[in-house]
Amino acid sequence: MDTILCSINGIPVQVEKGATVLEAARKVQVNVPTLCNHPDLPPWAACGICVVKVEGSNKMLRACATPVEEGMRILTHDPEIYRVRKTVIQLILSTHPNDCLQCSRNGNCELQRLAADFGIREHPFPQRLRNLPVDDSTPAIVLNPEKCVQCGRCAIVCQQLQNVWALEFLGRGESTRIAPAADVRLDESPCIKCGQCSAHCPVGAIYEKSDNEEVWAALQDPDKHCVAQIAPAVRVAIGEAFGYEPGELLTGKLYAALRRLGFKAVFDTNFGADLTILEEGHEFIERFTNNSAPLPLITSCCPAWVDYLEKYYPDMIPNFSTAKSPHAMVGALAKTYYPQKTGLDPEKIFVVSIMPCTAKKFEILRSREMYSSGRQDVDISLTTRELARMIKASGIDFRRLPDETADSLLGAYAGAGTLFGATGGVMEAALRTVQSVLTGQELETVEFTDIRGLDGVKSATYTVTGKPVRVAVAHGMANIASVLDQVRAARENGSPPPYDFIEVMACRGGCVGGGGQPYGANDEIRAMRAKGIYRDDAGSKKRCSHQNPEVQRLYGDFLGKPLGKKSHELLHTKYTPRPIYQR
Amino acid sequence: MSATLDATAEEQAADLVLTQNLKGFIEEKKSVPGSLISVLHRIQNHFGFVPRSVAKETAALMGVPLAKIYGVITFYHYFRTDKPGRHEIAVCMGTACYLKGGQDLIDELETLLGCSCGETSADGEFSISAVRCIGCCGLAPVMTVDGEVHGNLKPEDLAGIVAKYRET
Repeated sequence: MDTILCSINGIPVQVEKGATVLEAARKVQVNVPTLCNHPDLPPWAACGICVVKVEGSNKMLRACATPVEEGMRILTHDPEIYRVRKTVIQLILSTHPNDCLQCSRNGNCELQRLAADFGIREHPFPQRLRNLPVDDSTPAIVLNPEKCVQCGRCAIVCQQLQNVWALEFLGRGESTRIAPAADVRLDESPCIKCGQCSAHCPVGAIYEKSDNEEVWAALQDPDKHCVAQIAPAVRVAIGEAFGYEPGELLTGKLYAALRRLGFKAVFDTNFGADLTILEEGHEFIERFTNNSAPLPLITSCCPAWVDYLEKYYPDMIPNFSTAKSPHAMVGALAKTYYPQKTGLDPEKIFVVSIMPCTAKKFEILRSREMYSSGRQDVDISLTTRELARMIKASGIDFRRLPDETADSLLGAYAGAGTLFGATGGVMEAALRTVQSVLTGQELETVEFTDIRGLDGVKSATYTVTGKPVRVAVAHGMANIASVLDQVRAARENGSPPPYDFIEVMACRGGCVGGGGQPYGANDEIRAMRAKGIYRDDAGSKKRCSHQNPEVQRLYGDFLGKPLGKKSHELLHTKYTPRPIYQR
Repeated sequence: MSATLDATAEEQAADLVLTQNLKGFIEEKKSVPGSLISVLHRIQNHFGFVPRSVAKETAALMGVPLAKIYGVITFYHYFRTDKPGRHEIAVCMGTACYLKGGQDLIDELETLLGCSCGETSADGEFSISAVRCIGCCGLAPVMTVDGEVHGNLKPEDLAGIVAKYRET
């Protein structure tokens, strides 16, 4: 490995070739202040806050975008650098609304933190606001361009990490704004509602559409029987809002918190994940053994991915699993099976999903099949961030809560169900059940480690009953093209498909890195959250979805068999090709 | 110039589609890196603006996201995204004209024509734009209509000038 030697504030430091001044400074315990920089993204040098002095250069250089050179002597702070940075912050504040108290990012805004750290007390520049309209056209994401600091993170994420291209810089100079092409509304744009823009925005310019008030109202309504369910990835991330390390597994406290908020029953989306595996797993077995429909089978639990496929790969709809996502399954059952078992009036049941995701807010309304119980199956989908706010607003001391358990019928889960929270997890869970069903034996080793981890595309071949099963796993929407383009090419050439089973999750790292998770995710945090998921699995008595006793009981008492008539009515959905631009 | 989307009617009009000639040019250029701007120039020259329908067609043919095309055409002042009026009024906002009341001329035109600077009047007759110095500062404030220079203007002169062009 090539290394180079430089000095930072007089301290010699050895860095890898290609390292930036920003990275080098970290090695000597200096975190140069930044705003536009994000570890997921290439340096963009938009904000100018990270300026440093380099001996021999007559201008200040941006630490984020300056590669270290041999012998470079760098100064990261002195009174002049401090004043320049402070001026940059004041200039940004001069075009930024002063309504921090009402802002969605109050308390965790990167600009607010810089203003606090630099002790900004005065406005030397006149305030110039642009009065740009707020775009709240989607059920998931709100874009408030007035708050935008033009750091570019959202557009770069949308284009480079997600390959969606809903957002772009329009205009130039002081009239630059972030918007969809031709200023169409977000709901008319290619936006897939993944919320990665909101997870990467340093300020309150793009954020989840909050449904907290509706949930508070429902909890207060004596005619409503509110039930909650929590997604796999929420339990390993919500702790970050309460001072825990990322990845801390807090399932029991979450159940307790939801009960104390007023939910009458607390279910687990992991139960729905186990159920998804039975439905989707059998879809795979059908296709794999009987050629009943085309391979590869492609997973469909991720609603942002569903939206993307309908827009960008409509020709692959026949390959798409028709199984609904886990929380949609739980929603449908909470309004059919649950009242049947308990004698409750289904009309009164109000289902709230707690999700790491913004796209789930869109999914619950996306098609007729989301009303399979005869009413809207899931009434509200909250993000992890929104639930954390509700817990704080209610004064619940989360850290001191006892561990509780989920309510039965739709609450038990096997280790496989929890895996849905991380990239590769749906595939691993499916492989466990598919292998057991096809071989008629329980597995000795249930772990499929080749498809874990943060590589953008992972593939492996497993032998099941003497036949190879070729699987691919992609996460981060931009990584899917390389996989699906191979499938398309094979189809066009008339050759056999390169894969039998493909898992896709829109967000990097899977749901642990979801757009609705606590702010500040990077690869280190994604990996820590995923570790929590794998700990949950490893600590489970039952590791495979088909071993889940409540799932077995559901089939015995209510559904019949996987892919049966009732399953099709309640647990499966349809897809429609959609234009990339609605107009 | 703001990108508006009020072009739906235009979009449906059959003549706002790529010509064979333009398609051929795109075919020739699409594998050449950095050729998007030259393609968009041809389109702007042909239509007088970049219609949204044509931008979409171009995006599909070149395999370029529509967002990227709008990034380019809203960045460079050369491009416009709405159809220019039958007559194009350009008000000089160079230093001399600015000091002699260029902004008053724009304000008056906006009132007379009912559209903002950078836009086209609802009847499609006039579009107003602000330009940098056109090189006749001695006549400040000046504006051009379809390239003809009108100098030493006062806001009250404009109604008559507009009426004259409306008739031609």
